[in-house]
Amino acid sequence: MIQAGISPIADLLKQHEAELLNEWVAEVSATAPRGDLIRESELREQCREFLDLFRRASQTAGGSDVSGPEWSQTREMLTALSASRARLGFTATETATFVFSLKKPLFARMRNDFGSDMNGFADAVGFTTELLDRLGLLTTEAASKAREEVIARQQEDMLELSTPVVKLWEGILALPMIGTLDSNRTQIVMESLLQRIVETGAEIAILDITGVPTVDTLVAQHLLKTVAAARLMGADCIISGIRPQIAQTIVHLGVDLTDVITKATLADAFLLALKRTGATIGRAAPRGANL
Amino acid sequence: MEKIPILRMGPFLLVTIQVDMHDRLAMTLQDDLTNRIAQTGARGVLMDISALDIVDSFIGRMIGNISSMARILDAEIVVVGMQPAVAITLVELGLTLAGVRTALNVERGMSLLRAAVGPAETLLPLEEESGNAIGED
Repeated sequence: MIQAGISPIADLLKQHEAELLNEWVAEVSATAPRGDLIRESELREQCREFLDLFRRASQTAGGSDVSGPEWSQTREMLTALSASRARLGFTATETATFVFSLKKPLFARMRNDFGSDMNGFADAVGFTTELLDRLGLLTTEAASKAREEVIARQQEDMLELSTPVVKLWEGILALPMIGTLDSNRTQIVMESLLQRIVETGAEIAILDITGVPTVDTLVAQHLLKTVAAARLMGADCIISGIRPQIAQTIVHLGVDLTDVITKATLADAFLLALKRTGATIGRAAPRGANL
Repeated sequence: MEKIPILRMGPFLLVTIQVDMHDRLAMTLQDDLTNRIAQTGARGVLMDISALDIVDSFIGRMIGNISSMARILDAEIVVVGMQPAVAITLVELGLTLAGVRTALNVERGMSLLRAAVGPAETLLPLEEESGNAIGED
């Protein structure tokens, strides 16, 4: 009678490593063909590494619990693999299938080895299934974690990218805001605006909210905070790009914008800012006109 | 005791806060500045807080109070050189210093003061002993 099937798996893996590897690679390529994302040689190398670690771990480990220290190398390898595959664009299912597809060649070998010992075969199959299922789930978990990291990083990038402070003229800055204004973004907007005011010595900042889809009381409060902070630094703010719907919303919400200069378009705001800084703007004489 | 110097420059007073503001210092400044404005009949006060890195709600309120007091004594006050971090802190604390003039640096603050007080008066030098000369002459 086989005790929980440990050593048979290890023996099996040891004896038939080369054949198992070939069959597995073929199985993976057949069930989830992603030749567009990963090269055959790379896949083979990953399979070989996993088989090697799987064999060594099953030789020392005493159960189907993969959270023990014996499995740490295998876990690390799978986590790294999932992360790299998630970045390459594999789905979590595809990565999990990579592990699950080892079952087929493994069971085929077992059937040969156990022959008529049906009990031993069933034990070994049950044990192996449990083990591989857990390892497969581990990859799913790692894959979603890696995805989440990617999303978080992109969100950060977007925050940085979406809040440029543009110098329009000597002493005039513009902040074209795109997207939803939350506390996090307001903080970044405020910091970068104030920093640029110090650097450029600007007297007027234009906050353009054309790209802000909705304005609620919270957004309005954030805008007013930015205006107040800029004023403390000695710079006046003009809010521009207020669409008719947003004007209606602001009034309905009872937000008080009377202390802030507001303009419908960035052009109007710019013109006012130029006037404030003492610059004049006019049309050159038309071409061909005799003066 | 530690004191924040108040310098006189023509019709204006200059206050430069170069040390960490603590509560006692702020109270002393409030006393000193109001006294000096009354004594000299200064028409404008320039408060430079560019060296101030940290403010708490008390100091923020003191800056606002001192500004209001100066205005009641008929002196225009301009707060200049506020650090971005300080500005953000004050706004988060809800202290927007409404009604207080602000400028980015001393130079801008000075021209703002001159514009606010008017060119004729800025040319008149203050009498050294004009202790009671408050307000218009």
